[in-house]
Amino acid sequence: MTGRQLQSLLGGLARVLLPVALALIAGAVLLLLLGKDPLAYYGYVIKRGLLSPTGLQASITRTIPLLTIAAGLIVAFRAGLWNLGVDGQFLLAAVCVAALAPALVTVMPVLPAILICFVVAFAVGALWSLIPALLKARHGINEIISTLMMSFLGVSLANVLIKIPFNDPTTTVPQTATLPVEDRLLRLGDTTIPCGILIALAAVLLVHVMMERTSLGMKLQIVGANPRAARHAGLNLQRLTVVAFALSAGLAGLAGALDVLGVHGTIRADWNPAYGILVIPLVFLARFNGYAVIAFVFFFAVLMIGGESAARRLGVPNFFVLVLVALLMIFFAVTEYLDQRRRSRLGV
Amino acid sequence: MEALFTETFIAAFIFGAVTAGIPLLLAGLGEQVSEKAGVLNIGLEGMMLVGAYVGFVVAYLADSFFLGFLAGGLAGLATALIMVLLCVYWSMNQIVVGIAITLGAEGLTALHHHFQFARSYPRLPKAETLAIPGLSELPYVGEALFHRNGLVYLAIALAFGLLWVFRRSQFGLNLQAAGDKPAALDAAGVSVKGTRSAAVLITGFLAGTGGAYMSTVGAGLFLPFMTGGAGFIAIVLAMLARGHPLWVLFGAFLFGASLALTTALQVAGINIPTDVIQMLPFAMVILVLIVFARHSYLPPALGLPYHRGER
Repeated sequence: MTGRQLQSLLGGLARVLLPVALALIAGAVLLLLLGKDPLAYYGYVIKRGLLSPTGLQASITRTIPLLTIAAGLIVAFRAGLWNLGVDGQFLLAAVCVAALAPALVTVMPVLPAILICFVVAFAVGALWSLIPALLKARHGINEIISTLMMSFLGVSLANVLIKIPFNDPTTTVPQTATLPVEDRLLRLGDTTIPCGILIALAAVLLVHVMMERTSLGMKLQIVGANPRAARHAGLNLQRLTVVAFALSAGLAGLAGALDVLGVHGTIRADWNPAYGILVIPLVFLARFNGYAVIAFVFFFAVLMIGGESAARRLGVPNFFVLVLVALLMIFFAVTEYLDQRRRSRLGV
Repeated sequence: MEALFTETFIAAFIFGAVTAGIPLLLAGLGEQVSEKAGVLNIGLEGMMLVGAYVGFVVAYLADSFFLGFLAGGLAGLATALIMVLLCVYWSMNQIVVGIAITLGAEGLTALHHHFQFARSYPRLPKAETLAIPGLSELPYVGEALFHRNGLVYLAIALAFGLLWVFRRSQFGLNLQAAGDKPAALDAAGVSVKGTRSAAVLITGFLAGTGGAYMSTVGAGLFLPFMTGGAGFIAIVLAMLARGHPLWVLFGAFLFGASLALTTALQVAGINIPTDVIQMLPFAMVILVLIVFARHSYLPPALGLPYHRGER
């Protein structure tokens, strides 16, 4: 590695780590204002989210849906499409799988049942993006708004499905039938981590390779970089828009399937982890780069799992993690701006 | 079913539609100002939440709805300052910053609520109302429309006020130019950044008052995440209104009506899961987008930062 390469690598690393550090510091100030000890909080988060074996396994397990969602977001964002409807796509697919899986395993072996669930989840997610995709492709309707609306709609529809057609009558709270533990995704070795982690990692890496190395990825990137140039180059903009949306939302759906089949086994009414809106900033922070996404998602999963323990133990509700993500994005924006200004001054 | 058509039911329904519509109206008008000037404000939901929280706290401590309303607006304006700095001056991506503002506002208000009120859940007294002589005596609509808190009339008047600003004032023209052809505005010697900053601050203020109305006059209490997507609906309203404030007014009450249907149907004893009814406003947006797909209008320079001399 030459000195110049090393320098640019270090510069890139600093540009990423600086906002993280600043966000943690600003978060510490907020904790102080709320009368909590920031060192104790962060220490506890790291201890319970990263250092304890059960915590670490829980953190890795949490990365499964987050990474799969992130993979989908990379496709959409690189194609210049703002798929902000991930939460609806995720939840609807998760609910459909939660209802389908227990029924399927009674009539067929587990492996084909799980494969069918994956396909269904992908299809449900993709289907839920079809209206925004067509509106964008045909009429140029801003997809931010339409995907958000479909997301709210999807979350409510998922609840309706849980409460009426998919309700398990044997339970008191409305929820879907429970998938027996032995029929869920296999765990890795002696750990509690479902093998879905391998699928999630593969999804991110495949998406990364697809965007960087295949002609479809190249076309999508052109659409994202300059739609007019894409049209002049003879690309079918409408079809590419629908394809990008379908891939993105399909992966969000797959994330739902992995979460249900690997972790929960059932879904209760009003459960909405809202992973999507939290993953969006992380994908940004990683500059749509698959490898960096893996690192950021893991960091965030540790924060979430540790934060959940800290909420019970130290009385800092997990809303604090929302604030941290917001701070992270704002400081990311600030460092980005300062960096650009420095570069333009240097004339690079 | 007869219960649906009694005077009490209809009056309660219209009352609820107005209560739910006013925050949408205020925030939607605010968003319209930003969009006209070329700034897409995805942080609207966050600005509403901050306004809702601060508005509630001030109304509760100062025992004044008006002060709460005002404080909510100022809190929204302060939140909008982040957007002004990052998006207008530093040209950061408006969508990323907007999401950050919404997430941060959700987290911060929920946290503060947890530490201050989670045990007591204080409530405000019922807001005082102002009866318009004569009109408030009308059957069905009288109580619901003409016997309301003064802020209701203020919000409705604002729609007409904005109409005047957009059509007749220099500032309105500047806003339009900042969204349609910022370079032309710059050439005319008016600061694009200044115009856009003013627009975003106005948006923040109005969104804040919308949130404050929701928590003080509307609900009488603050709940975490209480805006529940109203900010996003307001963005859609502004988008579909094609720069016309009176369409925001119409749309806000239409959506308010679909929100109010939840409670109204429960009052009438019709048992549908609330989720079904909660889908109504969003389904309506999608339907409207599909039907009027070709008619929604956004300024050409929307979402794009302005750099002098760049083409």
